[in-house]
Amino acid sequence: MTDKTSDLRVSRRGFMAGTAVAAAGIGGFPAILKAQPKTIKVGILHPVTGPLAPSGQQCRLGAKLAIDTINANGGIASMGGAKIEPIYADAQSKPDVGVAEVEKLNEAGATAIIGPFASGIALATTQAAAKHGIPHIVDVGVVDQVVTRGLTNTFRFGPGLSKIVDSAIANLVSLNNGAGKPAKTVMIVHEESAFGSGMAKTLNERLPAMGFEVLETIPHANPTRDFNNIALKIKGRNPDLLIPSNYYNEFVLLARTLQQQKIRPKAIYAILGGAASQYRFVQEFPAAAEFIMDCNHWFDPRNPVALELKKKVEAEKAFFSYEVFLNHECVRLLADALERAASADRGAITQALAASGWSNHFMPYGPTKFVNGQNEGAAPVNTQVIGKDIKVIFPKDFANAKPVFPAPKA
Amino acid sequence: MLEFSILLPAILNGLTTGAIYALIALGLTLIYGVLHIINFAHGSLLMLALYGVFFLNTTLGVDPYLALPVLALALFGIGYGLQRFVIGHASHGKDENILLVTLGLSVIIENLALYFWRADTRTIDTPYSFDVVDFGVAFIPVPKVVAFGGALLVAGLLWLLMARTDLGRAIRALAKERQGAKLVGINVEHIFAMSFGIGCACLGIAACLLLPSFYVSPQVGHAFVLVAFTVVVLGGMGSFVGALLGGLIIGVTESLGGLFFGESLGQLGIFLIFIIVLLFRPTGLLGQKA
Repeated sequence: MTDKTSDLRVSRRGFMAGTAVAAAGIGGFPAILKAQPKTIKVGILHPVTGPLAPSGQQCRLGAKLAIDTINANGGIASMGGAKIEPIYADAQSKPDVGVAEVEKLNEAGATAIIGPFASGIALATTQAAAKHGIPHIVDVGVVDQVVTRGLTNTFRFGPGLSKIVDSAIANLVSLNNGAGKPAKTVMIVHEESAFGSGMAKTLNERLPAMGFEVLETIPHANPTRDFNNIALKIKGRNPDLLIPSNYYNEFVLLARTLQQQKIRPKAIYAILGGAASQYRFVQEFPAAAEFIMDCNHWFDPRNPVALELKKKVEAEKAFFSYEVFLNHECVRLLADALERAASADRGAITQALAASGWSNHFMPYGPTKFVNGQNEGAAPVNTQVIGKDIKVIFPKDFANAKPVFPAPKA
Repeated sequence: MLEFSILLPAILNGLTTGAIYALIALGLTLIYGVLHIINFAHGSLLMLALYGVFFLNTTLGVDPYLALPVLALALFGIGYGLQRFVIGHASHGKDENILLVTLGLSVIIENLALYFWRADTRTIDTPYSFDVVDFGVAFIPVPKVVAFGGALLVAGLLWLLMARTDLGRAIRALAKERQGAKLVGINVEHIFAMSFGIGCACLGIAACLLLPSFYVSPQVGHAFVLVAFTVVVLGGMGSFVGALLGGLIIGVTESLGGLFFGESLGQLGIFLIFIIVLLFRPTGLLGQKA
């Protein structure tokens, strides 16, 4: 009997000896690894699961493509060809999870963080990153507060809400004037988190001054699967213009519900409409998408690098959406800063970003210039879905089609 | 806002949603009426059924309405197994324990779903998803019309089962008088499990009718179980007709509430009804006095 049990039990001596060998082995290995050049760890944080998953996954794709390209072209030259090592993190569409992931990235030694797509999550993660002095490039997250809290570690490459709304309203006014002012009344439908609420608030402040009457402002949750009531309200009030601001799934559902209920305002003028300038939406539901206008992030349609990347993304059976190209350029922005800083120190990278004058990108922004963390040159573009394709209608420098306004009756 | 052309479509929409709530509540009230247990796992089982419909559609291309018999049988089997082999044994015959067991089950099922299938909201797209039926005064989406008809049909079939078959008689006997039923030779464990199974089969059918116009995520069960409880309380625990009526009333309340007060506040109406009914008529509209 005692023999059987002693076979299975490890003696204390054996345990101590085994642990010592294991510890020596683990301790000894780094000596071999030291020969490789160090990698630069960058946190890539996005909501790849949860209600924001479609956008989060596109974001990650854009970042990955840029990192792969940079590494294939020899990494960061000023640091001896050091490669960028991405640490992918999932914010799960929740701000508190985003914060937890930032803490994990800090523990893992990330020198910078790019993300996290959503405004609500960005407000939390930039704050958490600031505690550890980690430079945080915000890829999308448009709400104004991202850059107005005095956080020196936060950099937003793309435009913020104020700039986008100003642009959108200015373009709307010139669109309306050009067609003989057919539009006077407006209804706003927005998602109810930081992004949509911020948008609705700003629109309500600025539209009346430009001669538009806001009939009603309707918030909705993420996710919402039934827009019938909201559609009925729109039908009842009959506004000239509908201004939606949502994330992808809800925008698609709203557009399809309106089409289904045969509700056609003079125009659907989306401002950061989640799907209004998305190839996926136009391809899947062309009838619902036709004539929808959007004021959103877009690339310079004349830039060959952008067109090259678009082909590459589409070859992988993915869609070339704003999440992809904004994250792609944010990674390249960071790479440029790394080249100039020639160091993986967080403080050095932050300084390099603050002094950035990078112009080798394909966004219609001009050279980067960060003031309080906001890239001053960043601006949105107006698009319209015409003939199952997304055309740029404003600004005139980048336009490749004339706007169709008001939308013809069904 | 109070125009007929806006109110009527909202009411019709509410009736179609209410029919689904009624179907879910029917399962709940059957389980309560017979087993006298509050099934907290009802929402999670609905979520499981929804995922079942989702995966059948996305991996095998099965239309949700064609998947109906499959889901009904599958959920029946799961329900039967759960009651016979898990709940029945784990509760050791005490009612308070059953509450905890079903709660525990719901937590396990939800978190397993979260682990395997992530928190993303999933939807299916069927060719008729966005077709509408023109009722003259309103356009009602096809999936909702089918859901309405389907729910009423199933309610009718369930009533037939309870009123005209031996199984139904056995279930009703057990619900009324447990000891007496045992004495006349009714296999109590089997009938309990059958009731639970039928209650869950209702969930399977509800899932097939619901998914074309809704979505699934691991947390989707919460909202439904809350509404189902309200319906059961409103209609009277153990009353079938009550559950049906209650479901329709709650559906219309939610729709009109959403129209007048906005989507989030609109849900207030449902819970106000819950509280008022509990205060002034605790047995519900058609319930029996305890």
